[in-house]
Amino acid sequence: MPKITPGTLGAVAAVALLLALPPILDLVGAPFYVDVATRIAIFAIAAVALDLVLGYGGMVSFGHAAFIGVGAYTVGILSTHASNGTLLFDGALPIGGTHSALIAWPLAVLASALVAFFIGLVSLRTRGVYFIMITLAFAQMIYFFFVSLETYGGDDGLSLWERSSLLGLDLYDSTVFYYLVIFILIAVLVFCRRLVGARFGRVIVGARENERRMNAIGFPTYRYKLVCFTISGAIAGLAGALLANQTEFVSPSLLHWTRSGELIVMVVLGGMGTLLGPVVGAIFFLLLEDVLSELTQHWMIIFGPLLILVVLFANRGLLGLLRRGTGNDTR
Amino acid sequence: MTAALFAEQVLNGLQLGVMLFLMAAGLTLVFGIMNLINLAHGSLYMMGAYLTATFQQATGSFFLGLLLALPATAVVAMLVELVALRQLYDRDHLDQVLATFGLILFFNELTRIIWGPSAYFLDVPEVLSGTVEVLPGIPYPAFRLAILLAGLAVAAFLFFLIARTRLGMLIRAGASNREMVSALGVDIRLLYTLVFGLGAALAALAGGMAGPILAVQVGMGESILILTFVVIVIGGIGSVHGALVAALLVGLVDTFGSVLLPAAAAEMAIYLLMALILVWRPSGLFPVNA
Repeated sequence: MPKITPGTLGAVAAVALLLALPPILDLVGAPFYVDVATRIAIFAIAAVALDLVLGYGGMVSFGHAAFIGVGAYTVGILSTHASNGTLLFDGALPIGGTHSALIAWPLAVLASALVAFFIGLVSLRTRGVYFIMITLAFAQMIYFFFVSLETYGGDDGLSLWERSSLLGLDLYDSTVFYYLVIFILIAVLVFCRRLVGARFGRVIVGARENERRMNAIGFPTYRYKLVCFTISGAIAGLAGALLANQTEFVSPSLLHWTRSGELIVMVVLGGMGTLLGPVVGAIFFLLLEDVLSELTQHWMIIFGPLLILVVLFANRGLLGLLRRGTGNDTR
Repeated sequence: MTAALFAEQVLNGLQLGVMLFLMAAGLTLVFGIMNLINLAHGSLYMMGAYLTATFQQATGSFFLGLLLALPATAVVAMLVELVALRQLYDRDHLDQVLATFGLILFFNELTRIIWGPSAYFLDVPEVLSGTVEVLPGIPYPAFRLAILLAGLAVAAFLFFLIARTRLGMLIRAGASNREMVSALGVDIRLLYTLVFGLGAALAALAGGMAGPILAVQVGMGESILILTFVVIVIGGIGSVHGALVAALLVGLVDTFGSVLLPAAAAEMAIYLLMALILVWRPSGLFPVNA
């Protein structure tokens, strides 16, 4: 029988709270916040994905918005073809579009994984500042690719005619969609927990701490990091597929480089190198954005300096602050 | 492509190249000496453009406006260095990225508050509004030619400054071993602030000169910032002459790409160039700490 620790108790409580959220919001008469919560959970998935490479692997990727974008566009493009009955590819093997989540979402994951693989293949040859700038530049390249894709709306983006269909679920129902996203978020967290706890994760962390030593004892760290980067891109693509369904709209602004910056902010704000940190960071960042933008339309003039203060004085993130408070620091 | 069109595109490419060099020189110096990656360098470019616009309206002269905008931007930058960036030199790159990302958000919003959300369009100064016949039968806008010449002059000045003056000697020394420079009694903090101000003035020059050919608007610094990153990555981070070579290369590839290639491929051309160069040389063409 597994030992019951404060950690597992906390996890159970957190899951219970997440599941109880829609009825609670209903009770207090603010059911529209379910959509806000869904959006937060989707970005939490993307932030967890980024944390795999950023926190555990020490690879500062400044281009993760690109993978979200590729995932979102995959769903958007397939849906467009399904709606107007045209073919995606014409030729010996004609391929049409689809609304089915069971086809479109895995394809979104696959497409992002492929893009991440090729970007990683080149970028991971470099390190440090070079890596930051190269991931940024590649993300920008993909951004411009979608901007110039006139068939699918170019700069103006692409409206989805309908959401994906999944096993007879009503994805138009905010609550149903919320539970689906929460289920995926928890699945991603469990997967990542297994991943970082396994030998694979130890090698990734080892490469972050001392790559030369890991090489010397025989681990091909480049390959491990490439796999890690690809998995991370794939998960971010899944978040993109969900985001496309929530907003029913995809546009190049999903891939804008400030998005990648915001994802880094979420991870660092929450606490990098932990799995719950990015989730906490996503909640905090998006709620703060909400609150500050209610306060003034010029909310960034507050948020910018706030970010600098966080970096200067609390660079281990909110989770780090909490842990320091309870003396329960493991990192 | 006719010879005339070809010559014109070469000049356009070189003109974009020297603009990128003005940006890249500051960024790469700051990185080489202070080990600081400064995302807010594009904001200084934007500041330069807006201040040029404001001073031009006040004085009625573009050149006077530009001349005033350079020290003004440098002062703003040095204040930012004193208040915030100074704390970041010993931090890791991730912290620097985050803090300077915060600075971008701050500067963009500040600009929106002071100058409003709509774009400014500066007039090309009277003297340079015509065209010049660079080669027989090939006219070229005088203003663009002036940008090209000004950029080359600044590049020459910069190489003289770094290679031949006492300040340049300290800059080179600071880049290779800052503890030693500091131990020899040089006020290294003052040197850092000066270098940061110099980089800012160069960015402001680029921004001010871009004013009449591009729209002066919030966010204008970010598109050129990312191109500048491509430049210094290709050139080798910290290397000023690498920055010059890479800036001209990127300027030419970008210009010819948009003439010769279909739209989607044109936007991607310089990034593919970067990828190819990095596969061949992961630390850029002129790595500093080989």
